[in-house]
Amino acid sequence: MSGEPPAWPDQLFEVLLVNDIRQVAYVPDAGHSRVIARAAEHPDIKATVLTTEEEGVALLAGAWLGGERGVLLMQSSGVGNCVNMFTLIENCRMPLVCLVTMRGEWGEFNPWQEPMGRATPDVLARMNLQVHRADRPEDAAPMLDAAIAQSYDGFTASAVLLSQRLIGRKAFVAGG
Amino acid sequence: MGNDMLLDRREAVARLLRERGDLLVVSGLGSATYDVAAAGDDPRNFYLWGAMGGTAAMALGLALAQPERPVLAITGDGEMLMGIGSFATIGAAQPKNLSVVVLDNERYGETGAQMTATAHGIDLSGMARASGFEAMDDIRDMNAVGTLAARLHWMEGPLYATIKIDRRDYPKVLPARDGAWLRSRFREAVLGTAP
Repeated sequence: MSGEPPAWPDQLFEVLLVNDIRQVAYVPDAGHSRVIARAAEHPDIKATVLTTEEEGVALLAGAWLGGERGVLLMQSSGVGNCVNMFTLIENCRMPLVCLVTMRGEWGEFNPWQEPMGRATPDVLARMNLQVHRADRPEDAAPMLDAAIAQSYDGFTASAVLLSQRLIGRKAFVAGG
Repeated sequence: MGNDMLLDRREAVARLLRERGDLLVVSGLGSATYDVAAAGDDPRNFYLWGAMGGTAAMALGLALAQPERPVLAITGDGEMLMGIGSFATIGAAQPKNLSVVVLDNERYGETGAQMTATAHGIDLSGMARASGFEAMDDIRDMNAVGTLAARLHWMEGPLYATIKIDRRDYPKVLPARDGAWLRSRFREAVLGTAP
């Protein structure tokens, strides 16, 4: 993991700008750090740090009631926190786009990330989100672009999963 | 404390919304939604029937999207406690146009009046104040409700107030339950666009 920073985080942020995204709500992940940093410094975007991911589902529902588009950034462990709040989106036939960095796969060091990581695609699908999964860096931006278009044009919910292989294994300093 | 120090929730909510101007309202599931409906239906009310814990966060997103309009989240103590982390989220975001009002009867009213944490002395106003809200003292009389009604429009928030209410059972006043219809109606009223 050295050399040039990857291009896909900046490409994701450009997709947000092109699609008139005005609110970015997030619980951080290292994989989201570039997008969060750019959102926080952009004058047209309100970046809101959440205490738990379900707040972001409600917050973006309110944003859309008020005429603004948003995206919700979280890691896969946060998907479980959102389950009941997703019913707000389905009942009200509202758009929602989640951008989820995956943990618990591809050389994950921390086994506590594995159960929710494994369950994430099924949980999202069970709650009626359309699930896209980007395994290659060049897929990330087009998938997010497609998800935003489909959700905001059709009042549906979707999630783009960024695989752990794409993001890179979390580096722990460990002996033994 | 005696019941004489507790307010009638319907009277208090009707007073808050009597001269609402361009106030946008998100109400929490259960009695708060019935109280807002009882005060008079309005397309600029968004009634939650579920999504417990989401009222204040939803109102925050709305307030950020509509910074020129006053926004009110009105909910019960149980619903607010479930989403208590949004105190910190709102405090960090500092939306001047957002007010959060909790109708506090210290009970989960929909499920058989079990005690909430406020019945054990947990101080929501103190938590709001510590989270960066302009928090009023707990409201126990209608004069203070009138003051709060005015302050909803001051745009000097985020504002927080607890209204201590009695535990009387009121007849349910049920607004529409179709969320898709409610959101289309709201957006048409506020944005002039359908759906």
